Amino acid sequence: MMCFHKKRLTSLFLLCCLASLPACDGDGENKQSLSKNSIIYCSEGAPESFNPQTVTSGTTIDATSNQLYNRLISFKGEQNTIAPSLAKSSHVTRDGKMITFYLRKNVAFHQTDYFTPTRFFNADDVLFSFNRILSIDHPYHHISGGKYPFFQSVNFSSVVESIEKINDYTVRFKFKYADSSILSNLASDFAVILSKEYADNLALKNQQHKIDTSPIGTGPFKLKEYRPGAFIRYAPHENYWDKNTSLEQLIFDITPSNTGRLTKLLAGECDVIAFPIAHQKIKSKAALKLEAVTSFNVAYLGFNTQKPPFNNVKVRQAVALAVNKKAIIDTVYRGKADIAHSLLPATSWAYNKNILPQPFDIKRAEDLLKDAGFPQGFTMNLWAVPVQRAYNPDAITMAKLIQANLKKIGIKVVIENSLDMGTFLELLSRGEHQSVLLGWSADHLDPDNFFTPLLSCSAALSGNNRTFWCNDEFDDFIQKALKTTNISQRKTFYDKALAIIAAEVPLIPIAHSKRFQARHSSVSGKLLSPFGGIDFSEVSKN
Amino acid sequence: MFLLSLLSFSLSFLFPGDQLINISGQINATPEQLSLLAEQYRSHSNIFQQYLAYVDKLFHGELGLSMASQQPISTEIISFLPATIELSIVALLIAMMTGIPIGFIAAIYHRKMADNIILSVSMIGYSIPVFWLGLLAILIFSIQLGWLPSAGQISLLFEVEHITGIQFIDILLSDSPYKWQAFQNASSHIFLPACVIALAPATIFVRLARTAMMDVLDSQYIRAAKAKGLSFWQMIYHHAIRNAMVHVIRDVGLQFANLVTLAMVTEVIFSWPGIGRWLIESISQRDYTAIHGGLLALSSFIFVVHIITDFIYAALNPLARENKHGS
Repeated sequence: MMCFHKKRLTSLFLLCCLASLPACDGDGENKQSLSKNSIIYCSEGAPESFNPQTVTSGTTIDATSNQLYNRLISFKGEQNTIAPSLAKSSHVTRDGKMITFYLRKNVAFHQTDYFTPTRFFNADDVLFSFNRILSIDHPYHHISGGKYPFFQSVNFSSVVESIEKINDYTVRFKFKYADSSILSNLASDFAVILSKEYADNLALKNQQHKIDTSPIGTGPFKLKEYRPGAFIRYAPHENYWDKNTSLEQLIFDITPSNTGRLTKLLAGECDVIAFPIAHQKIKSKAALKLEAVTSFNVAYLGFNTQKPPFNNVKVRQAVALAVNKKAIIDTVYRGKADIAHSLLPATSWAYNKNILPQPFDIKRAEDLLKDAGFPQGFTMNLWAVPVQRAYNPDAITMAKLIQANLKKIGIKVVIENSLDMGTFLELLSRGEHQSVLLGWSADHLDPDNFFTPLLSCSAALSGNNRTFWCNDEFDDFIQKALKTTNISQRKTFYDKALAIIAAEVPLIPIAHSKRFQARHSSVSGKLLSPFGGIDFSEVSKN
Repeated sequence: MFLLSLLSFSLSFLFPGDQLINISGQINATPEQLSLLAEQYRSHSNIFQQYLAYVDKLFHGELGLSMASQQPISTEIISFLPATIELSIVALLIAMMTGIPIGFIAAIYHRKMADNIILSVSMIGYSIPVFWLGLLAILIFSIQLGWLPSAGQISLLFEVEHITGIQFIDILLSDSPYKWQAFQNASSHIFLPACVIALAPATIFVRLARTAMMDVLDSQYIRAAKAKGLSFWQMIYHHAIRNAMVHVIRDVGLQFANLVTLAMVTEVIFSWPGIGRWLIESISQRDYTAIHGGLLALSSFIFVVHIITDFIYAALNPLARENKHGS
């Protein structure tokens, strides 16, 4: 009779299975209660570290900065102006060489299985977090490799002279020279505040490396579990100083495959996914929402202003009039970008709304060419690399479109695309090109990051300014803008600088690309900002 | 088992690179650590001694470190193998529970419409490649209909502590208030991959069950039962099914090896955190210690299942036992 028993058992099991299946859809208010307040985010990759100070990768920033940590100051609002965070207020001296931060009191660090804080956040934590980066002798400097790429790229250690603790809740930064982009650097996703008490505890146990792998911060979420390459589980930080999150759980489901993320979104296994593909499919579903935010970058067509014919401003203006930016956005970006009217994207606080879109006017372009002494047109080379960049998915197609555009005004374009990236950049810095398709992704939100590295005279000397355009008036404005911290004053300087670019056309801004995200409509709240990582602190589910 | 260990031992010589590193996985070892390892694996003695050292390590559960993650292979196997066992067992049960009864029906209606339909459908089922079926199932049931999840073992919302590694048992052992939801969620996750894996073995069971049933229906004791005046269905229930089952059980072990291979591919498609996916990832990362550890674990698992089914067969079939005593 044994086989009968076995069969009975198995059919019992089958019944269980079948009974449970329909149940998962309808049944259970409890099920609701668990998933109602939990969000699963399908991210595109695993973080390298849990400390954003030590990385530049967007994936790591997404997983750490806004979830686990806070910064002294942060970017808020539509225009991304600087707002208080862990520092409840700050004061900048008139010469811009000193900033005093008055710290918020009663800010608690995370309490986890691996650490229980005994005191609130204070000046020691600020000193610890920044001295770790600044001082090579700091006991934590060389933990996790001693590399702080963002801070190195903005010359943080050469700008900052010292950081002093005035009292437990006051910290003063002293600078070697005035640099108004420093506030933006301190508000960027990289400048997070770590716990000194935790670091001291780890030092006692001789487990210093854990500071970057088992993170303790002041942010809205704390790390509960990380399974490398599989998922990250966050729990809400109960004693968060700012508005507590309504979520009970936040999970990052690490799904590197594009189609995998899309499938999980469609099958309802993810509430939000990063970098979605198949936008039409997502838009066609009522329960899903596709969002985009314009990134802080720009793709441009640059002229070598030292070489004929582009040393003639009229030729540059003529080309600018003949390029059809709309067609480029539709073809190269498939609509996933905004037309660039100026170097700055519209989300920058220094963006000037009054700048008119560049007209597309073949007739006027031809007239300008005639004035410049090229009634028959000429032959030019246009350099492009076949490498996909965040600001330009396909430079070669873009070059071909421009080639077709310029043919109409009699300019023959020869596309130079045979170089590899290294040689390409090397030859560009020596000025071998006549014109080039390039772009720029900003390192931080300060508008200066679009001007000084791209178009200043000093950048022309070093070869980073690929147009070799050096305009003293322009340089003067961007220098002045750095020396003051008064936002409206800075904005007027940048407006003037932008006007000079528009008139002189050392380059033609073409597009600001967008970052996409898809979510279920049950998830509400702001997730993306034009710059930096995803932020779940204001997100809720209904 | 001996052959298996010999094969996996020789693999460390056949893989490119240093044999000692291939066998231990210590890619970042200092010279001191290397000489210690050389002593442990008796690298300087003859090959037979080396083999003995290797087998000794195996018996102590030491399979070296994974070259990719630098974690001990044994802990990785322990964390991944149970998920595969779970998936394979559920798939096997589904295959048996659908395949065997259908096979019996085909035999009962031998050479009739039902038989022909069942045979041709099972032929189609057997010829569908599993990766295609998996993708198709995801497309229909996850994306179009949205009934069943497409990836993973359980929704990440549920935290299930890893005790035995077999998800269903772990859920039942846990004291979470969401236990039953977790159980339902896990069943809905396992259903689709298990069905995909079960299809091909199920069609084999159809054929096995059909042949076994036809043999039984031809036998003397069925004729005797008929002669005693039992009705047709009484006869099927009380005599035929039981005796036909015995023959089918004998082949379950054989089918299991086939099923585990299918499970490996299916795990990749359904992101199932099992040993198959782990092994395929290790192969693409050239993680030699993981490849040979995974190979050993999987073959031993299949080996154990074979032995178990043989025992069950012997327990069910008095003839097999008597034969053994006699020979």
